[in-house]
Amino acid sequence: MAQNFQAAISRRQFGRMAAALGAGAALLPLGGGQAHADPKRGGRLRIGASGTNASESWDPATWGVSAIMGLGGFCCIYNNLVEIGSDGVLKPELAESFEAAPDAKTWTFKLRSGVTFSNGKTLTADDVVASINHHRGPNSKSSAKPIVAGIADIKSDGPNTVVIELSGGNADFAYLLTYYHLVIGCADNGKVNWNAHIGTGGYTLTEYEVGYRALLTRRGDYWKNNAAWFDEVEIIGIDDVAARMNAVLTGEVDVISDADIATVERLKARSDVVVEEVVGTQHYTMPMFTDTAPFDNVDVRLALKYAIDREEMVKKILYGHGRVANDQPIAPANRYYDADLAARPYDPEKARFHLKKANADGLKVDLHAADAAFTGALNTAVLFSEQASKAGINVNVVREPNDGYWSNVWTKKPFVMCFWQGRPTEDWMFSQVYAADAPWNDTHWKNPKFNKLMLEARSELDDAKRKQMYGEMQRLVSDDGGVIIPMYANYVWVRRAQLSHGPRLSSVSALDGAKCGERWWFA
Amino acid sequence: MTQITRLVLQRLALGFVTLLIVSVLIFWSVELLPGDAAQEILGQSATPETVTALRHHLGLDQPPMTRYAHWLQGITHGDFGTSIANGRPVLQLITGRLGNTLFLAAFAGIIAVPLALMLGIMAALLRNSFFDRAAGIFTLTAISFPEFFVAYILTLFLSVKLGLFPSISNITPSTDLAERVYRSFLPALALTLAITAHIMRMTRAALINLFSLPYIEMARLKGASPGRVVMVHALRNALAPIVNVVVLNLAYLITGVVIVEVVFVYPGVGRLLVDSVSKRDLPVVQAICLIVSITYILLNLFADIVSIVSNPRLMHAK
Repeated sequence: MAQNFQAAISRRQFGRMAAALGAGAALLPLGGGQAHADPKRGGRLRIGASGTNASESWDPATWGVSAIMGLGGFCCIYNNLVEIGSDGVLKPELAESFEAAPDAKTWTFKLRSGVTFSNGKTLTADDVVASINHHRGPNSKSSAKPIVAGIADIKSDGPNTVVIELSGGNADFAYLLTYYHLVIGCADNGKVNWNAHIGTGGYTLTEYEVGYRALLTRRGDYWKNNAAWFDEVEIIGIDDVAARMNAVLTGEVDVISDADIATVERLKARSDVVVEEVVGTQHYTMPMFTDTAPFDNVDVRLALKYAIDREEMVKKILYGHGRVANDQPIAPANRYYDADLAARPYDPEKARFHLKKANADGLKVDLHAADAAFTGALNTAVLFSEQASKAGINVNVVREPNDGYWSNVWTKKPFVMCFWQGRPTEDWMFSQVYAADAPWNDTHWKNPKFNKLMLEARSELDDAKRKQMYGEMQRLVSDDGGVIIPMYANYVWVRRAQLSHGPRLSSVSALDGAKCGERWWFA
Repeated sequence: MTQITRLVLQRLALGFVTLLIVSVLIFWSVELLPGDAAQEILGQSATPETVTALRHHLGLDQPPMTRYAHWLQGITHGDFGTSIANGRPVLQLITGRLGNTLFLAAFAGIIAVPLALMLGIMAALLRNSFFDRAAGIFTLTAISFPEFFVAYILTLFLSVKLGLFPSISNITPSTDLAERVYRSFLPALALTLAITAHIMRMTRAALINLFSLPYIEMARLKGASPGRVVMVHALRNALAPIVNVVVLNLAYLITGVVIVEVVFVYPGVGRLLVDSVSKRDLPVVQAICLIVSITYILLNLFADIVSIVSNPRLMHAK
């Protein structure tokens, strides 16, 4: 492996590598992606979005599911150092170029010159250092803290160069910088005043009502001349799914996130709206504590994995808007997804066999569920209980309150329902949820072989070897891991027909990786 | 009149004590809820270190008594504090939303109260007629359906099918009055349907009760027209129960409209309250609940005064 470290990967090589892999990461727009004419300026894009709430703040350390922060802050007000394009290719954004030292431990980012913030100040390396440092350090209360934990040191080298030292090699490090928490703000004495919402992005905030509505107006001097086509972007929080569907049907908004998958099929006959769907990385999980009886026995885990009917789950819970998963978190949209690792069939006999092997006939387990985990989590649990009963497993569904689910049930009870957005890179996903010391290791799974492979794969630069290593890791999670992952859920949204976008849609998240304000236009 | 002034002052003083008790109750109820603001804000992405750091930053690591005392001290100086969740001043968060809620309540009240009173009086006059039964069935049906269902039905017909009104009430501070009325018509109509039956039934019952009394009989015998009998003779004595039910429903319009707000995406104070409770954002919850309590106290006081003025006997305790 050592010789791979000899050759520094230049940005161009990296780009090529990413492009080649990007084909694998290609997004699969299932519906509607055809309506793309040449982009043109003008109009007000009105987005009806779920997931706004009055507790949101402009500090990116706190950004969670808030649509105003994602679709407004991340997409419209700020830029990142690096971005993932609609085509799934990693490309420099505020960085003009970047390269890693041979061991992938030292990363150097050259900043684009002439980029200005909305207050007129020119972007410098100090802004980047302050913005990243905002999430680091012992007193960090940032949701992104685990993401930047690998950074040993970050410093500016002149006004236009940022050098990042990692504590260990990470070939995918640049991908981490695309994360929406890691936007670059305008620093003053090493601190960013996030409440001033001054960024380098295509729009500035003109009206804002906490948790309900934001209006953004296009900047005349945006440094990207082929983006940010709308005059204005308005984000309206619509939490009720029926209200959201009605809003786009009556033309009150131009696009909605999170369509009602139970009724969205009926819209396909209409000509004034278009239903769009992307196979992303989000997946629904059912983690169990692998250090707690009875889940500490791998045969019990396997029995449960064989006792779930994934096809029926996709049909009844997702109404077909998704696909079966194979108990590991790497999705078809990821680069090193191992397509050969088939999903387990529903096999009650095999489940019984494993139960017998584990000496656990008549197994009885409590499954804690609430719809806070994901829409339909409770139904999924009940359906699983039915399916498992045919394998002689008694799954008792314990209904938990939505309120406080993440703090009191998830990672507290041994068998629960959960949801992951998925991550653009394998290492990112694995090191945050499946590594032995991961902060969100919700299965308490500590597999030495897996953890050794993870570290090796992280600094491995040879593509074929990485594919093989990540394939092996997917196998380990699927066969030995403590999680049932029955399905990947598509991102489904509805837009008005006059709204248009490029030929591809990002698979990172809904609405073109939340970047519709920057990338779409009115035809 | 001095007796009334004394009563008002007495009731206001009692109101203050009520508010204090309410604030203690709210504080402890929110404390009793599982999890705290730090956990709720970080949600799924919380780690033990970040929760501890955030807790310290928000001052949540101090004992509850200290935090309550601190909050109470602020309130007595007119300082409602800042939101735990988004760091904004609570007053600034609430004022715009409260204005919207009051506007919607007033709008619905202006339609509903005269409508309900008229229907009630007519129903009482035309007792057991076709009109009485039809009005009864219609209003009772409207009140029997859950509010969200009524709201969806209104949206389906008046917005999606006919396109007469917008399906969501996108109101901003710069929206002018005419636009505001147009955009909030559907939520106002949904609320009207929700409260009309109650007021109408009470008006009808109160009047019918009186119609059987000898003095009404007397009025009729002396040749007063039906209108005069109702307006001059009956209504005055029926005022107390009617005002009570009207006030109760007006208070409901201000405090109980969360579902209608959610369905019509109306930026009122109800959604803010729900969000704040789920994030354990105590200063905001306290402020909204105090405002709600004040609304109840003042409206009830008003109803009592009207009752007393309309029935001076109540002024003299037995």
